Amino acid sequence: MIATSDAAKRLAKRKRADAMFRLACLVAAFLGVVILVLFIYKIIADGISRLNWNFVTDKLSSRPGRTGIWPAVAGSLYVTGLTILIAVPTGIAAAVYLEEFNTRKNRVTEFIQLNIANLAGVPSIVYGMLGLAVFVRWMALKQSVLSGGLTMSLLILPMVIIVTQEALRAVPRGFRDGSLALGSSYWQAIRYQVLPSAAPGIFTGIILSLSRAVGETAPLIVVGAAAYVAGAPKNLGDTYTVLPIKIFDWAGEAKHGFNEDAATAILVLMMALLVLNSAAIYLRARARLRR
Amino acid sequence: MARFHSSKGLRTISEWTVKRFCFICAAVSIVTTIGIIFVLVSQSIPFFRTVSPVDFFTGTDWSPTPEPGKFGVIPLIYGTVMITIGAGLIAVPLGLLSAIFLSEYAPSWLRNFLKPALELLAGIPTVVFGYFGLFFVTPLLRHVIPAIQSSNALSGAIVVGIMILPLVSSLCEDAISAVPRSLREGAYGLGATKMEVTTKIVIPGALSGVMASFILALSRALGETMAVTLAAGSNPILTFNPAKAIETMTAYIVSTSKGDAGVGTVRYNSIFAVGFTLFVFTMMMNMIALRLVKKFRQVYS
Repeated sequence: MIATSDAAKRLAKRKRADAMFRLACLVAAFLGVVILVLFIYKIIADGISRLNWNFVTDKLSSRPGRTGIWPAVAGSLYVTGLTILIAVPTGIAAAVYLEEFNTRKNRVTEFIQLNIANLAGVPSIVYGMLGLAVFVRWMALKQSVLSGGLTMSLLILPMVIIVTQEALRAVPRGFRDGSLALGSSYWQAIRYQVLPSAAPGIFTGIILSLSRAVGETAPLIVVGAAAYVAGAPKNLGDTYTVLPIKIFDWAGEAKHGFNEDAATAILVLMMALLVLNSAAIYLRARARLRR
Repeated sequence: MARFHSSKGLRTISEWTVKRFCFICAAVSIVTTIGIIFVLVSQSIPFFRTVSPVDFFTGTDWSPTPEPGKFGVIPLIYGTVMITIGAGLIAVPLGLLSAIFLSEYAPSWLRNFLKPALELLAGIPTVVFGYFGLFFVTPLLRHVIPAIQSSNALSGAIVVGIMILPLVSSLCEDAISAVPRSLREGAYGLGATKMEVTTKIVIPGALSGVMASFILALSRALGETMAVTLAAGSNPILTFNPAKAIETMTAYIVSTSKGDAGVGTVRYNSIFAVGFTLFVFTMMMNMIALRLVKKFRQVYS
């Protein structure tokens, strides 16, 4: 009798521990959401009052509360556009080489693969130093939009390769075999069968990589993006600034009353990212429907 | 017939060209790695001609200005490690528990809500985390520690911890859900509670994967730049007081690059020596993590 009540007590204790553990896990999982909500609330509360169309289209000014951000927006668009032009084709081609042309895993591909995984873990600021030494000084591109775009391209290239490889891997083997059996070449099979069916996955991954590039700040500071420029860049050799650098600059100058402007700029940046991310989610959902 | 033949020849050539082009693109990644190492090493050499490596790695005084300046990197390493450990103390337990919740407890509708929310948090640019640290976390901390500086180590560690939380959570979840169902069923069959199954079967089974995710996340914290520059400050001192501003290696690189250090000066060259140190740190951590991941994959496939 005593033994059974002991066992019952032990069982009750174990069940209590189980319930506590479950609660701890639940709290931890919801904490992220709570923080996200606090984040968004704080930024809206600080920045909404300054948000209007003129803020986006006006020039930079040294007077808090009177400034616009157009040169920074244009700079961000310029750098991102260059990154798309450079990193996307290179990344897709590299992934096609690793997944499609080199199906027999040999030493070279294995080495490249390991190398890409390592590059993805290199701190972004180190890419900035690479860009500073190679593009800004050695190639004498100076503190131009072009050297910013090139640096950013190198930074997101490993990510573009990895996401494209994942999308290519999800294409069933039969698509390639079927095409090859009908007499197509490898490249024709890739061009007309594999790439089109992997396209939604590739786009999703690339959009997510780009949204990382849009928010990236540190490497561009190192390659010399300015904190202040008179106007939007007009060609590849012009000096520039980008939205995250402006946010960094204003947040750091809080004493001078720029923190509201920083919050408003964050709102603009986050809205741009939200559009990008929604596009990615939409593409992913549509790809799932088709399957 | 002849036409067919020539088109086939053309096809072979274009096939060859495309393949070569793709190979060159893949090789860009190798060139990048070589470039990073070459740049960091070659640009550090002039620095180490003026400042001896022994002084650099063992010195406890980092004051680049006024000239000629003192370059002992220990305060910067200390600042970096302090932020990384602080961020780990927050993100590791919370990330692991939330991964357990997502993979073991949450019904699918809740998962479909929580996962995108964490992804959104992971997508927020780091400079925004810096703003959050400066204007939300620090004012909050000021209620507890009135003498806190506006940029301080504690606030930096908290925001970096929040920043890497989604990373820990999603990588841990991948590792946990790779543990075969049958192991869990076996333990349930013996009468174990869910907590016992999780802590005694699932986590030990996923241990190398879980450890790898911790290391990857910590190496991200180590290389984090904008959030710590804003939230933790740029004050290279050795202090155990988390309410004071410190400086990390990354913050030093940023503040020097945007400043007025002329090309070729010791101060300018010093960013490469610091960058090299940072690169070696993160590279070692990534190597360990990749090895653990490989080991983990071998166990379950």
